[in-house]
Amino acid sequence: MRVFVLFLGLILNPTSLLAFEIEDRLILGSETSAQILRIVSTTDVELFKPVLEEFLQSQPNLSVEYVVASTTELMKAIEEEQQSFDIAISSAMDLQTKLANDGLTLPHSSAATSTLPDWAKWREDVYAFTQEPAAIVLSRAAFENLELPQNREELITLLRDNPDLFRGRVGTYDLRSSGLGYLFATQDSRMSEVYWRLTEVMGALDAKLYDSSGKMIDQVVSGELAVAYNVLGSYALSRKDSGEVAVLFPSDFTTVMMRTVLIPSTATNPENAKLFVDFLVGEAWNPTSETSALRSLNPALETVENSLRRIRLGPGLLIFLDTFKKKRFLSAWENSILQK
Amino acid sequence: MITPINIKGSIRRRLLIMLLGGALVLALGLFFVFQRLAVQLAEESQDNILRASATAILDSASVVDGEIQIDLPYSAFSMLSNVSNDRVFYAIKTDQTFLTGYDDLPFPPAPESGNHEFATETYQDETVRVVVTSRAMTTGENPVRLFIALAQTQDGQASLIARVVRISAWVGFGVFVLVVALALITAKATVAPLVRLTESVSRRGPSELRAVAAPVPVEMVPLVTSLNSFMDRLSNSLSRTEEFIADAAHRLRTPLAIVRTRAETTLMRVEREENRAALKDMIRAIDESSRAAGQMLDHAMVSLRTDSLMKAQLNLSDIVSEIVGRMTPAAELRDIQLKFRLDENVTFPGDPVLVQSALRNVIDNALKFSPVDSCVQISAGTLGQFAFVKVQDEGGGFPTSDLETIIKRFSRGENAEGIVGSGLGLTIASDVAKAHGGTLEIENAQEAGACVSLYFSLV
Repeated sequence: MRVFVLFLGLILNPTSLLAFEIEDRLILGSETSAQILRIVSTTDVELFKPVLEEFLQSQPNLSVEYVVASTTELMKAIEEEQQSFDIAISSAMDLQTKLANDGLTLPHSSAATSTLPDWAKWREDVYAFTQEPAAIVLSRAAFENLELPQNREELITLLRDNPDLFRGRVGTYDLRSSGLGYLFATQDSRMSEVYWRLTEVMGALDAKLYDSSGKMIDQVVSGELAVAYNVLGSYALSRKDSGEVAVLFPSDFTTVMMRTVLIPSTATNPENAKLFVDFLVGEAWNPTSETSALRSLNPALETVENSLRRIRLGPGLLIFLDTFKKKRFLSAWENSILQK
Repeated sequence: MITPINIKGSIRRRLLIMLLGGALVLALGLFFVFQRLAVQLAEESQDNILRASATAILDSASVVDGEIQIDLPYSAFSMLSNVSNDRVFYAIKTDQTFLTGYDDLPFPPAPESGNHEFATETYQDETVRVVVTSRAMTTGENPVRLFIALAQTQDGQASLIARVVRISAWVGFGVFVLVVALALITAKATVAPLVRLTESVSRRGPSELRAVAAPVPVEMVPLVTSLNSFMDRLSNSLSRTEEFIADAAHRLRTPLAIVRTRAETTLMRVEREENRAALKDMIRAIDESSRAAGQMLDHAMVSLRTDSLMKAQLNLSDIVSEIVGRMTPAAELRDIQLKFRLDENVTFPGDPVLVQSALRNVIDNALKFSPVDSCVQISAGTLGQFAFVKVQDEGGGFPTSDLETIIKRFSRGENAEGIVGSGLGLTIASDVAKAHGGTLEIENAQEAGACVSLYFSLV
């Protein structure tokens, strides 16, 4: 099997004149195969490539085109441009739910999907295959002389008590540009008022805003940031240099995002798409599965099980997509974080 | 010959058809009522949740700086998803402008403030239940009405209804099966008294014409009453007939006796051979008539008395000896010896007149068919629960083809030509034996002659 890792600028493929913005692209599988499974995803190529390779081993006659885009671009590709992807994988549970709610998905149910717990699926359209908690990543260097906080209250106290240490060294998602950040923030706010107090405190410390977990973790590792709030814990834990950072799953509550897969109604290859969904959920929810990629996206959560708050799939997620609601939420957030 | 019965319909079948029809209607009725109820309840519960959700959304609207702000509460949608995984659509607008949600969602006309209007519409190729409600607001100087339409697909409701339909189908089926079972039992139970009556009537002996005494249901009283009255009339009519026959026979015998005496005295005086032969034929005919009249009298008496036996304890030895004694002179006339052997003496309940009549007829029969200078053996004793009297002659025996029919009234054996008789003798004996719980058996003895046995019940 030959592997191609190609960037957009390098390919001249007239069939995929994409209007939405793609970040990365990968084609896997035999060149001679007649059938191509087209996947659009928000998950990085490096993290997902092993999963695809394993899938192709069981489907030797298939090749896979894997396109990476941001959550909003993915939404744009499916909802507005009706791009003919066979599979859509996204960390934006709210947008995936909206696709299903608006009838832009193909329902699918099988023996594999029936093994999922109820909270890991919505209707027969959206299926979760990872559980990724939002963590607080702390720089060990910065906390050399401080006790590591265990929850948000303790973090607030620490930040308040040491403004000089933390000024300009606190980072979190920019909710205006990151769908995942917005999802985490809205769920936090739903869970507890402490989120707003923390945001106020971070705002007072001139918090820096980012649009991806990776960048925040980089900055914590390098020591530029002391605290990164609502970072994907799985990313932090899977890094080789994770010794530099402390990954904290807050004990008051830990919001858990689930990466979901669905089959868009525009799929041209729905039968293979169903095979892929079955493979993915089968690997994810089978405790004996050995797929390393999915394991890194599913960190061991047993120790913090009681504080986990899994984001619930369903129409409730549509609330925060409402323009009024979003505008209102973002203005409140800007008010807090930017201290306007 | 039995007249063919004109049959029209069957009570059991009609009852079954009616009950089964009723069961079917009942089962279907139950099924549809259940289904209707399920649809109503499911619709109501969905409407209630939609109403609560729409109300919560309306309540979240406020006016800030002259602008309408809507802070959709998370619970408004999550409560919808608590019940089912149905898709949710909403649209919010004022009189003038569309504010947020799905702008192509069907928007039924809104009712007065505070009221809710429900409608079933089609949206995105799916049936949705829509609730519309509105609220008056004031932005600055201008009063504005805020409208919300909230819609939900009906998959959950459909699966609920499907479940109830399945259950109600089973309930309907169960009721049907139950009623069918009940119908079968009822039909059987309804016809049972008729069957019982039929059995009790058909079990009766040919001359048993008593009123039906067994208990019958109220509905059958008219039938049984008319049956009883019919049998009463029949019985009266029969006894009148028998009385008439007895009377007639009795009245015939006396003049016949007179005529016979005259004929005999005339025979003594007449000397011309052809006249003597004519007189002898006359006497013979008179004998035959007299004998027939006697037997008819006997038979009528037996028929009359069997319905009301005058039972007394009879001594078997006494009663047989008496008859043998009485018949001996007649036997001696033809040089026939009557031998009586008593195996075991016993007493049994019986009507003496009838028993004597039966014995007389059987012995008379034996004498008639016996050749001159022969012997008739009469033995008496007990056999099991019966007292018996057996009469065996040395005549030609019964023709084998007649054994079945010979006991019938006025039936005579093939070998009876030339012998005086009416064919009533064995019938009388048989009737008497039956009236005494016994039977008459006829057979041909191994060597020669006929053997007739009378049995009388000992109890």
